Amino acid sequence: MFPRPIQQASAPAQTAYKTMLPIALILWLLPLIAVAVFSIKPASDFTQGNYWGVPGSFEFFNNYGQVFFNSDMPRYMLNSVLITVPTVIGAVALSAMAGFALGVYKFRSNIWVFFMFVAGNFVPFQILMVPVRDLTLDLGLYNTKTGLVLFHIAFQTGFCTLFMRNFIRALPFPLIEAARVEGVAEWRIFWYVVLPLMKPALAALAVLIFTFIWNDYFWAIVLTQGPDAQPVTAGITSFNAQYRAAYHLMSAGSIVAALPPVLMFFLMQKHFIAGLTLGAVK
Amino acid sequence: MTTATLPDTDPPKRGWYKRNEIAVTPWLFLAPAILFFAVYVIIPIFQSFSISLYDWDGLGQAEYIGLANYQELMNDRAFEVSLWNNLKWLVCYLLAIPAGLFIALFLNQTVTGIRIYKSLFFFPFVLSQVVVGLVFAWFYLPNEGLLPAIVGWFGFGPVNVLGDPSWATYGIILAGLWPQTAYCMILYLTGLNAVDPEQVEAARLDGAKGWKMLWYVIIPQLKPATFIAFVVTIIGALRSFDLISIMTNGGPFGQTRVLSFYMFEKALSEYGFRMGYGAAIAVVLFLIMLVFIAYFLWSMYREEKGH
Amino acid sequence: MRSTLKASALALTAALAASTAFAGSHSLSGDLKIFLDTSNPAPRATMEAMIARFQEQHPGLNIETTVIDREAYKTQIRNFLTADAPDVATWYAANRMRPYVEAGLFEDVSDLWAEPAIAENLASTKGAMTIDGKQWGVPYTYYQWGIYYRKDLYDQFGLSEPTNWEEMKSNCQTLLDNGVKCYTIGTKFLWTAGGWFDYLNLRTHGYDFHMEMAAGDVAWTDDRVRQTFANWRELIDMGAYVDNHQNYSWQEALPFMVNGDAAAYLMGNFAVAPLREAGLTDDQLDFYQFPAITEGVAMAEDAPTDTFHIPANANNKEAAREFLRFVVSAEEQTVINNGQNLGQLPVNASASIDDDKFLEQGFAMLSSNSPGGVAQFFDRDFPAEMAAEAMQGFQEFMVFPDNLDDILARLEQVRQRVYK
Repeated sequence: MFPRPIQQASAPAQTAYKTMLPIALILWLLPLIAVAVFSIKPASDFTQGNYWGVPGSFEFFNNYGQVFFNSDMPRYMLNSVLITVPTVIGAVALSAMAGFALGVYKFRSNIWVFFMFVAGNFVPFQILMVPVRDLTLDLGLYNTKTGLVLFHIAFQTGFCTLFMRNFIRALPFPLIEAARVEGVAEWRIFWYVVLPLMKPALAALAVLIFTFIWNDYFWAIVLTQGPDAQPVTAGITSFNAQYRAAYHLMSAGSIVAALPPVLMFFLMQKHFIAGLTLGAVK
Repeated sequence: MTTATLPDTDPPKRGWYKRNEIAVTPWLFLAPAILFFAVYVIIPIFQSFSISLYDWDGLGQAEYIGLANYQELMNDRAFEVSLWNNLKWLVCYLLAIPAGLFIALFLNQTVTGIRIYKSLFFFPFVLSQVVVGLVFAWFYLPNEGLLPAIVGWFGFGPVNVLGDPSWATYGIILAGLWPQTAYCMILYLTGLNAVDPEQVEAARLDGAKGWKMLWYVIIPQLKPATFIAFVVTIIGALRSFDLISIMTNGGPFGQTRVLSFYMFEKALSEYGFRMGYGAAIAVVLFLIMLVFIAYFLWSMYREEKGH
Repeated sequence: MRSTLKASALALTAALAASTAFAGSHSLSGDLKIFLDTSNPAPRATMEAMIARFQEQHPGLNIETTVIDREAYKTQIRNFLTADAPDVATWYAANRMRPYVEAGLFEDVSDLWAEPAIAENLASTKGAMTIDGKQWGVPYTYYQWGIYYRKDLYDQFGLSEPTNWEEMKSNCQTLLDNGVKCYTIGTKFLWTAGGWFDYLNLRTHGYDFHMEMAAGDVAWTDDRVRQTFANWRELIDMGAYVDNHQNYSWQEALPFMVNGDAAAYLMGNFAVAPLREAGLTDDQLDFYQFPAITEGVAMAEDAPTDTFHIPANANNKEAAREFLRFVVSAEEQTVINNGQNLGQLPVNASASIDDDKFLEQGFAMLSSNSPGGVAQFFDRDFPAEMAAEAMQGFQEFMVFPDNLDDILARLEQVRQRVYK
C-alpha cells in the first residue's frame, strides 16, 4: 500500500493526520459551507452588512419555504425529473444494444463504428449547437422536454456505448458460445444471457447519466425557455433574477437545485464510482 | 460478413434472416443508436462546417460568403482573447491531475471514517457547474464574499477576483478545478487500490521511499488512471461554458470569454444571431479538439491492437 | 391641469367601457399566450393583476402567462418569435424593434392605430412605434431617466440639487471628502453605462449630435466624441463611482445607495420601487434632472418606452389585438402606471398620472423641460451590434480610462462594419 499506512507511523504523526483530515475537509468545502450558512440567514443580515458573522436568526424554514412555495422552483425541479429519467432509460437502452453488438460480434467495421461513438462523445457542444437547434425547431420540439430528451439520448449514447462495449468485452465469452451451440436466438442471448450480467454496468451508467443530464445547462438554454420546459439548472438563473441580491434565497435555491444528484450520489455511491473509474485500472 | 454465407447450401426453408443471423444481428442492435447518433451528432458536425460559409441571421435567407467569416475572425480581437483564454484553461486545468493525485495520496489510508471523508472530498463533482459557478461567484464577491473577508483578516487589501480582467479567468478556472480535482482524485484512489503491493514492498526493501517511490514505482502503475484523468480534464477544459456564463457572462468587458462562450454569444445572444460567424468559431474549437480526439483514438487503437 | 386630465380620463373611460362591451359581445375564446419580461417583483405583480382583469372580461379565453427574466428575455426573443411564438410579447420601441420588424416577425398593427381611441390618445408615442410608415405594436409605459439621490445625505453635507456641471462636480467632491461615493452603478450587464454615456453626450453636444452618432454618421474617434469621454473621465478620476461596479447588476448596486455608501444613482424611474421597498422614505429620496454641461445645449432626456407586440406567428391574433386595446386604455394605463404598480408614466393622454412625486417631476420634466428632444435609450437608439460593442467599451473605460484610444479605435472599426 502506498503511501505507508499511518498506523505504522509514530503516535504524534497519527494524531496530526487525524486532526488534519477535518481541517482539510473544511477548507476543501469552504465555498459550499459559506453558501449553506447564507441560506439560513435572515434578509436583514445582508442589508446590515453582517455577511460572515453569526446569523441574526435561524431562517431555515422561511428561506427554504420561499423556494418551495413561492417560486417556480418546484416546476423546474419537476421538469428536470421529466427530462432526466426518460433520457437515462433511452440512453441506457440504446447503448446496451449497441454495446452488445460491438462487444460480442466480430465484423470488419466494428472498430470504426465504435470509434465513431467515442469520437462523437468528445466533440465540443458548440459545433452541434446551430444544426441541432434548427433540427429541433423543424421538428416542432423547440421548448419542449421531448426535444431536449431526444438530443440528450443521442449524445449520451456515445459515452454509454463506449462504457457498455468495454464492459461486455470483459464478460466471459464462452457463456455466449455455449448458448449459441444450444441454438438460442441471438436476441435471446442478449436478453437472457448478457443483460443479466450487465446489471452492475446498467446501474453505474444510470446514476452517471442521471447526474450528467440533471446538471446540463448549455442545452437547456439552447433548446428551451421559460418554466414550461426548462430544467432547474436554467431555472435557477431566473430564480436568481427574481431574488437578485437576496443572497439568502439564492443560496437556498442553489442548494435545492443541487440536492437530487447529491442524494443520488450518496445513495448509489458504489455504482457511481464504479462507473466513473471504469478503465482507471487494468 | 456475407462472404461467410456464400457457400451456404442449406435447404431454402431456412429463412434469409436465420441464415444471416450472425451478420445481421449486430446491425439490428446498432441501428437505433447509430440513427440517433448520426442525426444529432455526426451530421450536425458537417452542417456546422457548411453553415460557417454563410452569412445567416437564423431568420432570413442565408447568403454564401465563402471564407469571409474566417477572415473576419483573423481580425477579431474578441476571438483572439477567447483563444488565449482557452489556452489558459487547457494549461491550468491540467493542474487538476497532480492536485487530484495529491489528495488521493493524502486520503489513501484506513483510519475510521475515511470513507466519509473520501465521499465528501469527492462530492463537489456531483454538483452542477451552474451551482459551482454561483457558489464561487459568491465566494469571490468583493464586499460580501468570504474570500475578501479572509484576505482582509490577514491584513491584505481588497480583492475583486471576477472584476479584474487579469484575474477573472483564473478565478473561474479555480472554480472549475474544484470538481475536476475531485474527479481526478477518485480516479487515483481507485488506481491506488490496485497498485501491486508486492512491487511496493520489493521497492521498499530496495530502500525506495517518498518521492522516489512515488515517481518510479507508483506513478507508472497509475498510468491508466492518468490517461483517463488527462482525457476528461482536456475535454472539461475545452467545454468550459457554464462557469463563464454564470460567473462573469464573459465580462469584465469580454476578458473572460473562451471560444465556446464567444460562439454562443455570437450565434444566440441578445445582440447576436450571426449563425454563420458562430459556426466558424465552433469549427475552430472543433479543430482544436480534433487534435486531442485523434490522440485519444490513436491511444485506444494501439491498445485494442495490443489485446 | 390635473383635474382636466382626470375629467377627460373619466369621460374616456366611459366611452372605452362601452367599446370594450361591444368588443366583448362577440366573445373571445381559445388560448392567449402572453410572454412578459417584467421579472422584477413589482412589475410582475402589476402585469399579472392586469391580465387577471382582462381575463375577467373574457372568461372564455384561456390565458397563459410566462414571465421570463428580463436579461434572459433579450436573448430569447429571437428564439420564440421564430420557433414558439406567443400571442403577445413585451419589447422595446424604436430601433430596438427594427430587426424583428424587418425580419417580418412582428404583426403590423396599423389598424389598431387607426382606431380613434388609440389614434387620439397615443399620438405622442406613435413615432417611436412606426417603421416604414406602419405601426408594429403599442406602448404600455414610459419613464424618465435622471438622477435619484439621497436628499438626507445632500442635506447633511449642505448640498443642493446641481444645475450645471461645476456644481455637479463640486457636490461630488464634498461627498467624496466625507467618505460617500457620488454615484452607485452596476455595469455587469453593461447597459447602465450606456445611460451615463447618453446623458454625458446629450449634455455635451445635444440631441441632434447624439442621433447623428446613433445613425452612424459620426466617427467614434471624432474629437467631439472624445470631448464627451473627457467629461466622463473627470468623474471617473475623482472616484465618483462605487468600486467594483463591473461585478454588479443594477439591482445589486442598489444597496450602496440604501446603506448610504453612495449618494445618487443615474437610473430610470423603475429604480424607485426597489429603493422604497428597501426602506428609503420619500423624505430621503429625491430626483433631479441631469445638469447641463455645455452652456446653450438644449436639455434632452432619455425616456424609454416599453411595448407590447403581436408576433407574426401568433395563433390568436384577434384576442391579442383585444389585449393590446385593453392595455392602452386610459383606465388600465392609469392603474398599471401608478406608484403602487409600475410607478411610471402612462402612454395614454387621457390617463391620469399618479399622485407621486417622482412621476410628477418626471412628467413635468419631459413635457416642459426637454426642449432638445427625447431619446429612447442607448441600446434602443443605436443598432444592436454597435450598442453591444460600445457598452462593453464604456464598461472598460469606466474601469481603465487610460484604454480610451484603444476602445475608440475598436468601436470605430465596428461602426464601419455595422453601418456599411
